[in-house]
This record gives sequence, C-alpha cells and structure tokens, in this order.
Amino acid sequence: MLQATDLNAIRAIITRAKRWDLFFSLLGILSLMIGILTFVVLFVDMAIQGVPRLSYEFFTSFPSRRAANAGILSAWVGTILVMLVTALSAVPLGVAAGVYLEEYAPKNWITDIIEINISNLAGIPSIVYGLLALGLFVYYFGFGQSILSAGLTLALLILPVIIVATRESIRAIPQAIHEASFACGATTWQTVRDHILPYSSAGILTGVIIGMARAIGETAPIITIGALTFIAFLPNAPFSGDPPAGLFDWIFAPFTVMPIQMFNWTSRPEAEFQVNAAAAGFVLVFMTLAMNGLAIWLRYRLRKNIKW
Amino acid sequence: MQVPNVMEAGVEGTVLKAEVRDLDFYYGAFHALKRVSMPIYDRHVTALIGPSGCGKSTLLRCFNRMHDLYPGNRYAGGGIVFHPDNTNLLSPEVDPIEVRMRISMVFQKPNPFPKSIYENVAYSLRVRGMRNKNELDDRVESALKGAALWNEVSNRLGELGANLSGGQQQRLCIARALASDPEIILFDEPTSALDPIATASIEELVTELKEKVTILIVTHNMQQAARISDYTAYMYLGEMVEFGITDQLFIKPQKKATEDYITGRFG
Repeated sequence: MLQATDLNAIRAIITRAKRWDLFFSLLGILSLMIGILTFVVLFVDMAIQGVPRLSYEFFTSFPSRRAANAGILSAWVGTILVMLVTALSAVPLGVAAGVYLEEYAPKNWITDIIEINISNLAGIPSIVYGLLALGLFVYYFGFGQSILSAGLTLALLILPVIIVATRESIRAIPQAIHEASFACGATTWQTVRDHILPYSSAGILTGVIIGMARAIGETAPIITIGALTFIAFLPNAPFSGDPPAGLFDWIFAPFTVMPIQMFNWTSRPEAEFQVNAAAAGFVLVFMTLAMNGLAIWLRYRLRKNIKW
Repeated sequence: MQVPNVMEAGVEGTVLKAEVRDLDFYYGAFHALKRVSMPIYDRHVTALIGPSGCGKSTLLRCFNRMHDLYPGNRYAGGGIVFHPDNTNLLSPEVDPIEVRMRISMVFQKPNPFPKSIYENVAYSLRVRGMRNKNELDDRVESALKGAALWNEVSNRLGELGANLSGGQQQRLCIARALASDPEIILFDEPTSALDPIATASIEELVTELKEKVTILIVTHNMQQAARISDYTAYMYLGEMVEFGITDQLFIKPQKKATEDYITGRFG
C-alpha cells in the first residue's frame, strides 16, 4: 500500500521537475519571437514606407535622376531573366549530379570526397563565386557583363542546394520501392526515369525554390561581375534586334537586378530614393514569398498521389 | 553433399529447375552462406525455414541477384545453376537484369509503386519493351486473374495501388511478379505483414500458382511451410542443415538439429 506521505513526496518531485518544462517553453517562445518579430517589424516598416509608392508607373518606368519618376522596370525584368537562366542551367545540372551520386556512383573514397565537398560548396561566400565568374564567364568565356554571366554565376551558387535536395528526396524513397523496380528487371536508368524522378520531384522542387529564393536576393556576386546600377533600356525581345536577330539575343544584354537597384537607391542622399528602395524591397520580398507559395502548392499537388 | 540425397528424395516425375551448388556468400567480412547446396524442383513449392539470421532471405535474394545492388556483397564460390539452359545465375558474365527478367520476386511488405493498379502490373511488361495497348491490357488482366485480384479491382484499375488493403496490395505485387511469365517466383516472407485472413488467401494462391510456375518461399512460420510447400530446407547459421520432402522433413527429420527446431525446442 502506498502511504499518503509517499504520494505527497511524489507530487512534490513532479512539481519541481515540471518547473523546467515551464522555464524551457518560455525560453522557446522568447527565441521564436525574436526571429519572427524582427522580420515582421522590418517588413511592416518597409511596407509602410514603400507601399504608397507602388503604382503602375513604378513598374513600367526606368530609373531616373528624379526619384518621383524612377521605376523598377529594368530591375524586375533583369531579375526574372537572370532567374530564368539560373533555373534552366542549375536544375538539370543539379538534379543530374544528385541522381548520379545516389544511383550510379560507386561507393568509394573519391565519391566520399565529392560528397563532403558538395556540402562545403554551399558554405562558400557568394562574393567568391562572383570573383570566379568574373574570371571565367565574363573574361575567359567572353560572355561579358551579361544576363548569361549573372545567371550562370547564381546557378553555381545554388547548385549545391539543388544537389543536396535531390539526394535527400531520393533517399526518402523507401528501399522497398527501389528494390521492387529492379526486381521487375528494370535497368538503373529505367528505375530513375519511371520511379526515382517522379517520386522525388516534390522534394527536388522544394530545393530548387529554396535555392532560387536565395539567388533572387544575391547582390555581391552580381556586382562583382559588373551589373550596371543605372540602366534605361530593356534587353532585346527575341528576334527583335539587329539582323540576324535570334531567340536568345537577350542573354548577352547588360542588365540590372532588384537588389542592385535597391542598393543603388539606398546609397543616394535624397529621402525620396529611400522610399523607392523600400518599395522595391517590398516587391522583392513579395516575389520571394510568391515563389515559396508556388513551391508549397506544387509540392502538395505532386505528393497527393504518392503514398508508400 | 545434400544434393545427391535429395535427388533420391525427389518424387517421381519431378524435373530439376535449379540447383544451388556449394554457394558461399559474404556481406563484407561476414560469411552469410556457407557452402549451401539444394535443388529447386520445377513447378513445386520449396520453402526455406530457419531462425532469424540463418541466411534464408540471403539465399533467396541470390536467386535474383538483389545483392548486386549494394556494395560489399560478394558471391564467393559455387553458384546457382539454372535449368534447362545450365546458366550459372551468379556468374559475373550473366547480366543481373537478365536473371531478374526470368525470376521475379514478391517482398515481405507489400511494396506497390505509387502508381495505378494497372501501371503496377504493366510495369514488368513495360521494362520488357511491351508498348501495344491491347497486349498490355490482356496481360494485365490475366496477371490480375492469376493473382486472384481481378474480380476486386477490374472496375478501378486507374486507382492507386496504395488504396487497396494490405492483402490486396500483396496480391497486386504477386500479379506484378506474375505478369512477365517468370520461370521462378521468389517469396520473401510474403505474409509476415498480413492478417490471418489475407495470409490464408495468399497461401491458397501460392498453391494454385505452382501449376504454372516454380516457387521458392522464405517463411519463419513453420506451419505455413508445412501447409503449402512440397519441399522444405532448414537452414541454420548460414548452413543448409537438411533438405527434404516437406511431409518427411516435418514428420521424420533426419537430423537432430532439424527435429529440435521444428518441435520448438529451439529457435
């Protein structure tokens, strides 16, 4: 039989032990708030400053010496075109590399070294990629200070993110499914094409968007390769330039991007330009959030039919 | 050493489908199969029994070269001779994909692809290059009938395989294994994740399938081996302890170790 005194002792121990639960949950809420509130304050402050400045003209005007006439046309067009080049080059390279490492690569020390270094690549400061790209793309390959150079630079930057995401989503596929495909007599390529890629596409997509969201805000490497800070024309639309005009003339055009436009405006003394910078920042954050929203929606769509 | 004895044990009119001969297998440094020999008779059910870790699944997975998928696994001597063409399935010159096209497998847990019921069964045919829609339809239907699943799914072939019950999923996997007309089907504890009713239907199916195809089944359920198999092999610590006609092995085992295991004194 349990004595009443024993029961009281047990309850006292529990009460004392539970104080730590209370303490830690308060600490956790505080930590969470520091992160979230900082973002909310920054975003709301930027929105209060910038949103009144948003208008149709803001999106359709080139930069100007007069703050009231200045817009972000060349910046958002540049950002979208650079992102297009980045996505088209980084996604096939990253997914192919990830699939190779998971499905084809022999398990030996060379593969181990490559694996370790892919994670290291993700930690290299972006300015270093900018310097590499300046030497390699801008001068050695002669792509110049163009959309192509910028897109490829950012592609290098986010390649490790895509490779890691690809590998992780492939590893999330149960071994039993993998074996089932081989047991049917499939080759490695058939297994990759019919099973591995379709079942991991949701995870790969998430990695791609995370990478793109990082790339869209990058400023340092783009400045390093020599993006212009003031540009009052758009790249040629396909087939519109001097003959012989082609589909891809725009990739060699000079450009600017949203973060550089912002950087340029914040470095001006006039207060009106600060408002422009806030408005452009709001648009940039909105672009990133829209990309993340798209990723969540696509992931939901793709995962709906996948149950193990 | 067991093989000659077993030949004598073979029932009249049986034909050899495959022979395991002095097979040695290693997982890295671990010697998982030690000079294992046994016959597989055509269109009969052969059961592999033994305690966990005895090497029965390892032996089964040699038959379709599943071990080739992972580094560090090594076939270290002997082989599996396949009849009537006398191919050694484990020979480095034999492509594992060729082996898997002839020998299909049903796994321990039902593992349908996250695709439709139809596509699950059609997959074994698609990897063999079959594209003709009518031919695919016919073969999928006959495989589903062969796996006793057609009546339950004929009006919802487009649904996900994962929406079926566990027992139905396992029969879907059997249909997938059956669709390509294999010479042997390997079953790796196919009922261990199923309830007794689903288990009974799978067991019934296995005994029906042996009319057409040779079956090798790993089970840790001795009653199951006794119910459905014609031949039984008892393995322990990577060695083949005894192989014989199921009824004889269970009623009058030749080895003391076998007797201890099947009477439950051990394992």
